[in-house]
Amino acid sequence: MAIEVTPGMFSSQQVKPSMKAGLVMAAFTLLTLITFGFGGNPAIVTFQLTEKGHALSVADFAVSSSGFALLVGGLMGVITLVATALTILKRVVPMWLSLIFGLLWVSALLGWLAAGNVVPVSFILSNAVVLAVPIILGALGGVISERVGVVNIAIEGQLLTGAFVASVIGSVTDNLWLGVLAAAIASAILSMALASLAIKYLVDQIIIGVLINLLVIGVTNFLYSQWLANDGQNVNYPGTFDVLAIPYLSEIPIIGPALFANRVTVYLCFILVPLVWFMLFRTKLGLRARAVGEHPLAADTVGINVARTRFWWVTAGGAIAGIGGAALSIGNVGAFGREMSGGLGFIALAVVILGRWQPFYVSAAALLFGFAIIMRVWANQVSPGIPTDFITMVPYVVTLIAVTGFAGKVRPPAASGEPYTKG
Amino acid sequence: MTEKSKFQTVVREIMATSVTRVVLSILLGFFFGGIFMVLFNENVVATYSTLFTTPGDTFVAAFNTIVDGYGALLRGAIFNPEGRDLVAMFRPITETLRMAAPLVMAGLGLALGFRVGLFNIGGTGQIVMGLAGATWVATRMELPPVIHMIVAVIAAVVCAAAWGAFAGFLKARTGAHEVIVTIMMNYIALDFFTWMLRTKGLLLAATGGGTPKSDPPAATSMLPTLFGDMYKIHIGIFIAIAATFAYWLLMERSAIGYRFRMVGHNANAARAAGIKVESTFVWAMAVSAAFIGLAAANQALSNPGGITTSLNADIGFDAITVALLGGNSAKRIAAAGLLFGAFKAGSPAMQVVGVSPEILGVVQALIVLFIAAPPLIKAMLRLPEPAAEQKVVA
Repeated sequence: MAIEVTPGMFSSQQVKPSMKAGLVMAAFTLLTLITFGFGGNPAIVTFQLTEKGHALSVADFAVSSSGFALLVGGLMGVITLVATALTILKRVVPMWLSLIFGLLWVSALLGWLAAGNVVPVSFILSNAVVLAVPIILGALGGVISERVGVVNIAIEGQLLTGAFVASVIGSVTDNLWLGVLAAAIASAILSMALASLAIKYLVDQIIIGVLINLLVIGVTNFLYSQWLANDGQNVNYPGTFDVLAIPYLSEIPIIGPALFANRVTVYLCFILVPLVWFMLFRTKLGLRARAVGEHPLAADTVGINVARTRFWWVTAGGAIAGIGGAALSIGNVGAFGREMSGGLGFIALAVVILGRWQPFYVSAAALLFGFAIIMRVWANQVSPGIPTDFITMVPYVVTLIAVTGFAGKVRPPAASGEPYTKG
Repeated sequence: MTEKSKFQTVVREIMATSVTRVVLSILLGFFFGGIFMVLFNENVVATYSTLFTTPGDTFVAAFNTIVDGYGALLRGAIFNPEGRDLVAMFRPITETLRMAAPLVMAGLGLALGFRVGLFNIGGTGQIVMGLAGATWVATRMELPPVIHMIVAVIAAVVCAAAWGAFAGFLKARTGAHEVIVTIMMNYIALDFFTWMLRTKGLLLAATGGGTPKSDPPAATSMLPTLFGDMYKIHIGIFIAIAATFAYWLLMERSAIGYRFRMVGHNANAARAAGIKVESTFVWAMAVSAAFIGLAAANQALSNPGGITTSLNADIGFDAITVALLGGNSAKRIAAAGLLFGAFKAGSPAMQVVGVSPEILGVVQALIVLFIAAPPLIKAMLRLPEPAAEQKVVA
């Protein structure tokens, strides 16, 4: 099978480059230049690139806050021009260019927030990574299930199930690995319910997803207050995995501690992202899965069992989201808390779209949200006067811009959300 | 548009659920809720060790748990024969009515969206925007009594409706799915509201410190209570009844409602018949959110303590269950609101007898799950395919 299925292959809808991407970028560039640059504070901001006590240390990077914003704003302006030029030439603006643009904006924002202060770059990065992991894993589950044509609104419920089961099984067996395994299994079973109702019984996928979320919230809340809260020592005291620093790699300045000094759940995530990408885009199984999601009738015609393919991929996606839940409880906090997923599942839903149903882009988008969460915490301490609520809002606004097709058409798998009946 | 029409078929099926199935769903919801309650109850768990020697103990303990739990629910939600005096005995039913009012209003709004084929999950955001509007008027303006209250209610309705209409506009204009759009707008609204509550001169209480909390609403803007200080119940319940009637008039007896239903039934046919489907989406979202705005006003103007962020936002999600259970009839939505309002009112009483009231969240989700997924209940009870239901379609 040499044919590669690309999004849009079976769809008559063309991905049209649109001038709007340039407009959005221009708006962000102007914001940076005017608010952070010309209107900014010229005080010195220090980017602390390595934590103290590291073998390989890099000198801190100190610069005037407003000057830095002007410099970064200039770079963003260049990217805006390139993007506009590409659009005029009727070419699609590559995703990585948007990512660099976003990264530049985030650094300008950091510099502006911390004028006269220190930015602990690696601290922020490593926290963003840890916070992003449940979102990434939840979104991977979403990507898988939407790629085969089942809309998964129940990510929130899957994360919560994973977090709960991981904590309980981890405590009872005193083995965190069993906790992760149990989380994956429990969430996979939940996904089987979603899959069979959606695929076999053709119940609306969105409604069933919403209701599964409500049910899981109800059940875990009940069990938490009736059981875990009374017997916490025995059933909700799993602790967390130890932080494993990979020798040498974790010494790399800036990104080393963020990427290579983490708990096992984070490394699991690093393995799963490329694995899912490989399975979906480089194997026969993945090709079939995507065919089912793009054009189930065609897939059926060449002998692929649509219902069975959907069922097992959705189940696998659920297992991954369950691990994401485990990352939340035994991979970070060390216990289960009431409604501890707190909307991360809905963020993951947004991330799936923002990352255009591609595992790597999805991870990048999840990092954006991870950043936003840690940024709020940190910005509140550094400069209390700044309305941090607007910073938290940014990822949601970006997602809204993305889904409303303002910055180029986003195209979901063609048959996503559509039940398929044979015949 | 095929996806849309599939969604509409399913929603129509849910809406047209027969009374028998609703009753069965409710009973099954309580039944499975009872099982959960028993499995994790301390008194019952204590008898597990002797389950095989004296199984009777376990059954007795299980039976007692269920009777205690649901008995407490009834005492807390309808009538409390153990009350000190008559006033206390009748308090539960007034609490149920008080709790039901916002659920009915918001449920009507979401149900309206469903009938146009819009799955509005944005209840939370719309509630929050309504709260912001009402609270601003109630704490920052000085107006004579009654007028103040009316202006505050209108502010809530307008703010919520505008927020909903914007979601409808984004859907109509760009074709983005309303579920994703409204979820994102929920978070944006929550952040915006938190910012308002934190900012001096906007909503932050004059005496407020670090916590984001508003002043209590001015006495002139409060919804008057019905029995003075005796009960907490206020005129919100009458607003809810009026809203139910207005919903019925709008959907069943007006040209706009006819257009709404037509688009919900088959958007393509409606378009062919000359209806502007896109602008109907915007209007429907606005009206849907206006009902939710009423619920927001009800909450903002009845809470003498001032508003915080965490408060009330979950009404948006509860309203989804009310709308799905209520289906396409205004009366049934009101009944669904009463049922779930009773759950809220009965919670504290359950806590007292040692049954975690969170079980009601499970029961609530189960009931609606059974309604929304007919195959579940059919498989469980081996019901025949209900042939008569096709006629009930709006």
